[in-house]
Amino acid sequence: MAGLPLAAAAGTPSPGAVEQEGPSVPLLALDTLWFQVTGTICNLRCSHCFISCAPDNHAFGFLSLQEVEGWLEESRAYGVRDYYYTGGEPFMHADLPAMIEKTLELGPVSILTNGTVLPDHRVDPIARAARESRYSVEMRVSIDGPSPEMNDPVRGEGTFDRAMAGVRKLLDYGFLPIITAAQVWPPERDEEVRREFMTRLRGVGYDRPRLKILPRLKIGREQFRDRGYGPGERVTLEMMEDYDEAQLLCSSSRIVTSEGIFVCPILIERPAARMGYTLKEASRKFGISHKACYTCWLHGAICSNYGAAGRDAV
Amino acid sequence: MPSEPDVRGPLAVFGGVYSNHLALEAAVADARRREARELYCLGDLGGFGPNPDKIFPLLLDAGVEVVRGNYDDSIARALGDCQCGYTDPRDNAFARISYDYSLTRTSPRWRAWMNELPSKIRVRAGGHRVLMCHGSPRRTNEFLWDSTSSTQFLDRLARAQDADVVMVTHTGLPWVRELPGGGLFVNVGVLGRPANDGGTAVRYALLTVDEGSPAVEVVSLTYDHEQLAHEMRAERLPEEFVETILTGWWTTCLEILPAKERARGRF
Repeated sequence: MAGLPLAAAAGTPSPGAVEQEGPSVPLLALDTLWFQVTGTICNLRCSHCFISCAPDNHAFGFLSLQEVEGWLEESRAYGVRDYYYTGGEPFMHADLPAMIEKTLELGPVSILTNGTVLPDHRVDPIARAARESRYSVEMRVSIDGPSPEMNDPVRGEGTFDRAMAGVRKLLDYGFLPIITAAQVWPPERDEEVRREFMTRLRGVGYDRPRLKILPRLKIGREQFRDRGYGPGERVTLEMMEDYDEAQLLCSSSRIVTSEGIFVCPILIERPAARMGYTLKEASRKFGISHKACYTCWLHGAICSNYGAAGRDAV
Repeated sequence: MPSEPDVRGPLAVFGGVYSNHLALEAAVADARRREARELYCLGDLGGFGPNPDKIFPLLLDAGVEVVRGNYDDSIARALGDCQCGYTDPRDNAFARISYDYSLTRTSPRWRAWMNELPSKIRVRAGGHRVLMCHGSPRRTNEFLWDSTSSTQFLDRLARAQDADVVMVTHTGLPWVRELPGGGLFVNVGVLGRPANDGGTAVRYALLTVDEGSPAVEVVSLTYDHEQLAHEMRAERLPEEFVETILTGWWTTCLEILPAKERARGRF
């Protein structure tokens, strides 16, 4: 998808059984509502995709404009702060502009894209709506490395150049895209990679590049690309003592998919992560016994735009 | 609910001071000229500017009631950083310089004083319940930007606190939102540095509450910014900070700006 590296690991114990023993997190408030607007359907087939999105993965399907409008209406009573659109690749949806226009009547929007499918007839109306709105539209473009040599083995042949062209196009339309990079390089190369990114982005005319580096989630295809989680990499009850649960996405978000509402964008292939079919049903607490919960515990709400900024308790 | 003290307006509400004692002095004088009866400051007293001890006597002499910001909490308790939560290495490097400077240059007496500051102040003014806090009513270091806070969200925060008027700071950029029930949610901006708009003026809010609906004015305040720049250079603070004071454009701590606010600035 356009973003976050994770999917169901084969051969794990039944999630229901595990959940009984582990810690759980209440929905403190529904701050963010996500829409998995194009399901698991994506024009790319990234080797680290945490929900194994692909052109032929129809496990999760498109949401219709009418469905999205219904969810927006239902969300008002919850005082939702902002709305995120993800997939799959959101720009594959013909009604994305209409959805964004409608959403901006209520609040800010973030769109997670791979930047390789940005037709003018979809970008232009979104840019216009963004200019006219009081609220921000954040474009998040996934590029997993500052060069074709680093990015393309993960995201596919030619995708670096196409995504950089996408960045250029978004700049032309007045956006300041946030480049979102899964850390597919060794951590000791962070600084060097960041510098290269800045140089490359300035090279296409992005004079104040915004870059967000994401920790890897070792599930989905990623567990085969690199390695899965070790047996000790789980959140335990002891780990939640004196821990600020507001750091975790599941304390403040839910995601609407074609198959119901799930706890977070990462865990949609886990049956236990399906919270229900209405926002009310989906407001119950969630057992954070999944492997990817450990990454979230470690790094804080990694799927949000601004890292964990502003999420520390005082 | 504990009963809030009744106060008479107008109320002058200052945001982060960032050790800008010259702007604070000008703001107190300006508020008095506008016949403000009560003066408040919503925290983030240090950081960025020079000679952090200078502002405390000014606050006390003027009778300003002060809320504890994340910066004050960090300095008071000598925490490892300012709790702004930056992830960008450049932002963190500058935040480190100003935090270390403020921590070593704030005397123990004022650090102990900051440790007694409340995280919220509630008053009743003209029949309206006014809540003043630092970042958001639920979290001291939550950034509430105009372009990333839906009205339904702000309304939820205000309702959860039984407040008609909520006043916050923390981001550095002022805005005013009318709530569906006639209340107000206000970010009062900061006195510490300009509002990233290419002008050298800083901001504070004047809340009028005496008749009918509450009304707020975001006051644009000029002060001797060249003198401040001079003092910052004398203290060898980063030239990037001085540039912001002299030009009105933010040069650091930019990562946290949302798209719309970022696009309005130069950097």
